[in-house]
Amino acid sequence: MRRLPGLDFLHARPGLAFALLAALLIALPFLVGSGLGNSWVRVLDFVLLYMLMAIGLNIVVGYAGLLDLGYIAFYALGAYVYAWLASPHFGLHLPFWVILPLGATFAGLFGVLLGTPVLRLRGDYLAIVTLGFGEIIRIFMNNLNAPFNLTNGPQGINLIDPVRIAGLSFAEPPRFLGLDLPPTYLYYYLFLAFTLLAIGVAMRLQDSRVGRAWAALREDEVAAAAMGINLRNTKLLAFAMGAVFGGVAGGLFAAFQGFISPESFSLWESILVLCMIVLGGMGNVAGALLGAALLTILPEALRYLGDLQRTVLGQVVVEPTDLRMLLFGVALVSMMLFRPTGLLSSRQHRREWAAEDGVAEQERASLYDSRA
Amino acid sequence: MDILAQQLVNGLVLGSIYALVALGYTMVYGILELINFAHGEVTMIGAMVALTVIGALLGVFPQLPGLVVVLGGVLVAIPACMLLGFGIEKVAYRPLRHAPRLAPLITAIGMSIVLQNAAMLVWGRQYVSFPPLLPQGRYVILGAQITDLQIFIVLLSFTIMGGLWLLVERSRLGRAMRATAQSREVAQLMGVNVDRIVSLTFIVGSGLAAVAGVMVSAYYGLAHYYMGFMLGLKAFSAAVLGGIGNIVGAMLGGLLLGIIEALGAGYIGDLTGGFLGSHYQDVFAFFVLITVLVFRPSGLLGERVANRA
Repeated sequence: MRRLPGLDFLHARPGLAFALLAALLIALPFLVGSGLGNSWVRVLDFVLLYMLMAIGLNIVVGYAGLLDLGYIAFYALGAYVYAWLASPHFGLHLPFWVILPLGATFAGLFGVLLGTPVLRLRGDYLAIVTLGFGEIIRIFMNNLNAPFNLTNGPQGINLIDPVRIAGLSFAEPPRFLGLDLPPTYLYYYLFLAFTLLAIGVAMRLQDSRVGRAWAALREDEVAAAAMGINLRNTKLLAFAMGAVFGGVAGGLFAAFQGFISPESFSLWESILVLCMIVLGGMGNVAGALLGAALLTILPEALRYLGDLQRTVLGQVVVEPTDLRMLLFGVALVSMMLFRPTGLLSSRQHRREWAAEDGVAEQERASLYDSRA
Repeated sequence: MDILAQQLVNGLVLGSIYALVALGYTMVYGILELINFAHGEVTMIGAMVALTVIGALLGVFPQLPGLVVVLGGVLVAIPACMLLGFGIEKVAYRPLRHAPRLAPLITAIGMSIVLQNAAMLVWGRQYVSFPPLLPQGRYVILGAQITDLQIFIVLLSFTIMGGLWLLVERSRLGRAMRATAQSREVAQLMGVNVDRIVSLTFIVGSGLAAVAGVMVSAYYGLAHYYMGFMLGLKAFSAAVLGGIGNIVGAMLGGLLLGIIEALGAGYIGDLTGGFLGSHYQDVFAFFVLITVLVFRPSGLLGERVANRA
């Protein structure tokens, strides 16, 4: 962890730093809610959901170096599993703690399913195939309302049960210690718990045996195989692990929104999550978190651009929502050109990207040209 | 029988368009080993520019014959796309030629998003319709209905593909391209200006894309900012099917994919007992892609090993 300037006194007292951080995280929805309004607490909830996804995708792309452009499919699967098992669509209303693991398992299985045929592919082929997989899932969800109504087609599934934990329904918030807790606040704490758990898991994974195997195969598959790493299992594990994170996030999303439709799971969502980890710094949990926060808050902040145009120019010339994706595209390109390791990069990645002119380049050349 | 003949015709027409786009992917891949994600978007821009010019021409000279107007549109779209392709390579790919492979891939995706959304800002979200300027004759051959436009599309793309083949196989420039594709370093040692060849490859591919874009919009009668995405994916699948990096492969793959798609969409309802319908048409390209990559990653005509992508 790099030291933050001006906060040296905290490094000396980790206990105090921890307590301050915890207090901040607990107070955050109240601060945001009273300062900016309840809609911003909702944004905060989405920040946490995207953090969850970014951490998951970071395992696949950042740790293992497998470019997955269909990540949203796992999110969609998690969301649909939740919707099937807790909505009037099939008349099932299973409890939260039953559905979430089921959704995660389902998504993980699909991760393995997707991973198996594409194991032999690297880099760009993998990107295209995963992209295709994401689109296939979306096309099926759009059309599987006939002959058997599985997904309710483009209309999506409505009236999904809100989370209910230990008799506490998130839809009918209680008064707690004299404080009103709107649903968005409750979901904030729930998502926060999941995100913290995910951070813990991801960080432990990174330094584990598997995590080091991922790093090895990311940097050089041939050398990794020579070191006795089982490429197939290691890659599948990365896919499955990433998918599980996506599935959990999807389930939480379905419960939070109460409504899902294929529209929420377009390719652009996959690319958005990819943008988050590229911007934040690949292979780094802190980077993924920062990227998720930036790219979720920024579009919301962009809305003010519309008001600004109205006051300055008298009319809205460019819809701020139209600018959103354009800016993301520009950000992707310029990040790669000017700061390819992201805002917060892991040291390992920086070394890897910096060692370009020397040995790594030669190795790659000899590896790829061996066909000639 | 009617359905079969009709779907074969439809497939052939679509396939010849896919082939033109696939050529752009395959040429760039052959030289840089890079999937130019933005290529589909170049096609879209080609269609949009052509339609804008056509609209303007019709506004100023309503008396002009339809073919001349369309030709005018195409003649503006081609250099516009060439310039675009040249610019994309220069800005987004060239600085990253020695970076890890993930980097140009991500800029390619970024470029594609930028172009798509820029097009949305310029031309709006709505569909732009292609005015009925081209001959509308219809013929019935073997139970299949064939229009003038379909014949024209197929003939033109075959002519262009023939020309491209001559360019690559018989000209000095083509020889330099093939040399660069084999080995950039050695080509450079032989006096080939590699940067120039790479730029020219993008320019030629983008020119083809412009023509294909106009064809697609004329065929479906409309264009919009999102049309390049699916088209690009399918054309890429076609390039992989034929063997990526292989020019003849891209042509063959494009035609085959068009026919597979048309037949698939025509018969999937019968084959699955009505379980799946023709709205699954877009899925075929991906299934073809995945199947090829799993069972024959080098494609139909490719010789290279797959595990280096």
